Amino acid sequence: MPADAVAPDALRFSAISKIFGGVKAVDDVSFTVGTGEVHCLAGENGCGKSTLIKIITGVYQPEPGAAMEIFGQAYAQISPTQARKAGIAVIWQDLALFAEMTVAENIAFETILGNRPRAVSYARLRRVAAAALARLDVDLDLDARLGTLPIAQRQIVAIARALVSDARLIFMDEPTASLTESETDALLSVVRNLSARGVAVVFVSHRLAEVLEISSRVTVLRDGKLVGVFPTEGLTHSRLTELMTGTVISHDVMARDTGGRPEVLRIEGLTRAGEFEDISLTLRAGEVVGLTGLIGAGRTELCHSLFGMTRADRGRITLNGQDLQLRSNRDAVAAGIAYVSEDRLALGLIQPQSIADNTVLSVLRQISGAGGLLSSRKKDATVSHWIKKLAVKIGTPADAVSTLSGGNQQRIVLAKWLATRPKVLLLDCPTVGVDVGARAGIFRIVRQLAEQGLAILLVSDEVPEVFLNADRVLHMAGGRIAHEWDPRRTGLPEMEAAVYA
Amino acid sequence: MHSFLRAYPTEAKLLAVLVLICIGLSIASPDFLTLVNFTSLLNNNAVNVIWAVGLLVVLIAGGIDISFAVAASVVQYLCVYAFAAIGGGNWAIGFLFAGGFGLALGLVNAFLIHQFRIVSIVVTISTFNAFFGLLMFFSSGRFLYNLPSWWSGRVILWEYQTANGTWAELILPVLVMAVCMAATWVLIRRTTTGRQLYAFGDNPEGARRAGIPIGLMQAIAFGWCGMMAGIAGLMQAHITKEVVPNALVGRELEVLAAVVLGGARLGGGRGSVLGCFLGVLLVAVTQNGLNLLGVSPYAFKMVVGVIILLAISTSNLDPARLFDPRKGRRA
Repeated sequence: MPADAVAPDALRFSAISKIFGGVKAVDDVSFTVGTGEVHCLAGENGCGKSTLIKIITGVYQPEPGAAMEIFGQAYAQISPTQARKAGIAVIWQDLALFAEMTVAENIAFETILGNRPRAVSYARLRRVAAAALARLDVDLDLDARLGTLPIAQRQIVAIARALVSDARLIFMDEPTASLTESETDALLSVVRNLSARGVAVVFVSHRLAEVLEISSRVTVLRDGKLVGVFPTEGLTHSRLTELMTGTVISHDVMARDTGGRPEVLRIEGLTRAGEFEDISLTLRAGEVVGLTGLIGAGRTELCHSLFGMTRADRGRITLNGQDLQLRSNRDAVAAGIAYVSEDRLALGLIQPQSIADNTVLSVLRQISGAGGLLSSRKKDATVSHWIKKLAVKIGTPADAVSTLSGGNQQRIVLAKWLATRPKVLLLDCPTVGVDVGARAGIFRIVRQLAEQGLAILLVSDEVPEVFLNADRVLHMAGGRIAHEWDPRRTGLPEMEAAVYA
Repeated sequence: MHSFLRAYPTEAKLLAVLVLICIGLSIASPDFLTLVNFTSLLNNNAVNVIWAVGLLVVLIAGGIDISFAVAASVVQYLCVYAFAAIGGGNWAIGFLFAGGFGLALGLVNAFLIHQFRIVSIVVTISTFNAFFGLLMFFSSGRFLYNLPSWWSGRVILWEYQTANGTWAELILPVLVMAVCMAATWVLIRRTTTGRQLYAFGDNPEGARRAGIPIGLMQAIAFGWCGMMAGIAGLMQAHITKEVVPNALVGRELEVLAAVVLGGARLGGGRGSVLGCFLGVLLVAVTQNGLNLLGVSPYAFKMVVGVIILLAISTSNLDPARLFDPRKGRRA
């Protein structure tokens, strides 16, 4: 970072520890961020990233012995108010914005805070908001209701709001988790812009590609301990994964020749106006077919039609040679099609309910005994079978699903559908919000399932995922299938160039 | 005009419906579009509007209040005995006492909600029963007619004899209604506290993280609603010249319906004073019109039910979506 040599570091924390109930969540970690630097804080879920951020922002107090310095000033203790006054802002993943209020009010929210009632000046609100957006070089409609904006623009609003409170060090928690490629690019350019104006940004992200693209240094944590601080230059994707997980994850292409296997699902000329057009594809037994493309290319919509949630206007679907008429997703389940949705948290699981109840949700009829009442014996057997088979890490099956990590939640969703004994599995972006180590686990399961004869359609917007894990890769663009690739013949750069073109 | 439509889509829609109904009724009944009918509409609905703007603040802050109409009855009884105790009183003391008693009852709700983290509908259903039970118990269901003369004497602000000899007049509650509307508008639109109420109702967790004091927000919302309920109680007794313990029970749902019809969202963060006013008027005009047309009053309840269903089911509908099948399906 060729920053001004005299300027003090934005943040200089050392010997930070935090113990929760005898467990060291953060163990003697040092963390330094230069003024105007774009820094990345990397590590798997549960490595201590969030605890560290909460210590820095004053939510938690560290154990005695910590040395804390913000913009050259030493603190013995930091309260949330002090952290905010010192110029530290956090943009949480859920953004904490106000959907019913206007963009201007959200950005200039600071100006309406305070316990003593004052008159609101809407002119001042707009002025403050416009100034913040101007600093970001972004143009947004100040009077639009926030709820009408796409997530990417709300993110910009959250950043602008941090600027209004004179933030000089902004933490961004998984800022790109729900953004498309081009939205991510726009966000990254805003981050560069901030950095050029001397605002330091700390990225907390699972997506390694953008970590490598944007930051100058990476601080890696693992199991609460500091693995090290590395300059991004010269750091590769696989090296960073190794540092985060402490294990070497294979980056070999898994594709096999599946041409001779029996066809399970065949789609011919499937069309649904405005969503996808003239889609023909086949899935063979034991085959993993990757389906990639930008968000909005029609991938999810295609899955919905294959799962009977929407009806195609034209085209044929055949399963094991028989014509399939899907009037609803019940038909699809009955025919042997399972769909693991994109939005696991909202659609795939009932968060407050137990692990066991979620697992058997799709097979209630099979586990009912005499008189149609649920048999708890059959239920327990089903649950323990799948938990063992998918190696889900749980406390007890009676715990709420919300207590599980992202990777384990994803396995429960899988278990729920596998319990229906499907022939075809549609996996829609199974790794969104799941960290690197757990991703490898999910793909191992996908492979195992394929080896047992399941036909799998793996949808992902991350091209490397399908490149590494699918037997064939289909590229969808503008509602049509644009390319079909064999990962053993076509390289990743060529695929990425075509997808992101 | 364009910016009004954009900032207040529900209110604009409501206004359009109201105008259409008025046009329809004035064609159907010669008595509808008369000065007398118009002023009596205002006189008869002032109390509902005062309740409505109080309830609006609670809805904006993400809560709900079922107890306010019963609270108004409690305030009426307390006022009768309080005025007797101090030897009569006058309008200034009347507003002070009614507002104060109402505020106190509202703060009871706020305290229970905040202190024990119970959802507001549960708390206010309990206080609705508790208030009503206590009132019936202590009053033994007795009516009170001995109101001080300043209270029960009709205060006419403006009157006018029409060509056919009938009098059109506006009475005190209409002025009080206007003041309550203005005060509520200032609170929610023009003060920082009001914007914090919107923010709190919209995203409580976000508001908490931004440092908005949650307990204070509940106290302001339910306190305001209680105060308005007390004032509405004072006005209602002024109109009827008597205090009847069970006179107001049941009115809370009618008011709630009007407020929701006026664009306030159950769940918080949305709603306006204008919407409240239009919501109450729309319900009233419909009732008034059906009356003039000689329709059974039972039919009115049914019509109100249908209006509310329509209003709620279309309030989140963006007209643009109707013409875009792709978006429409996803809505």
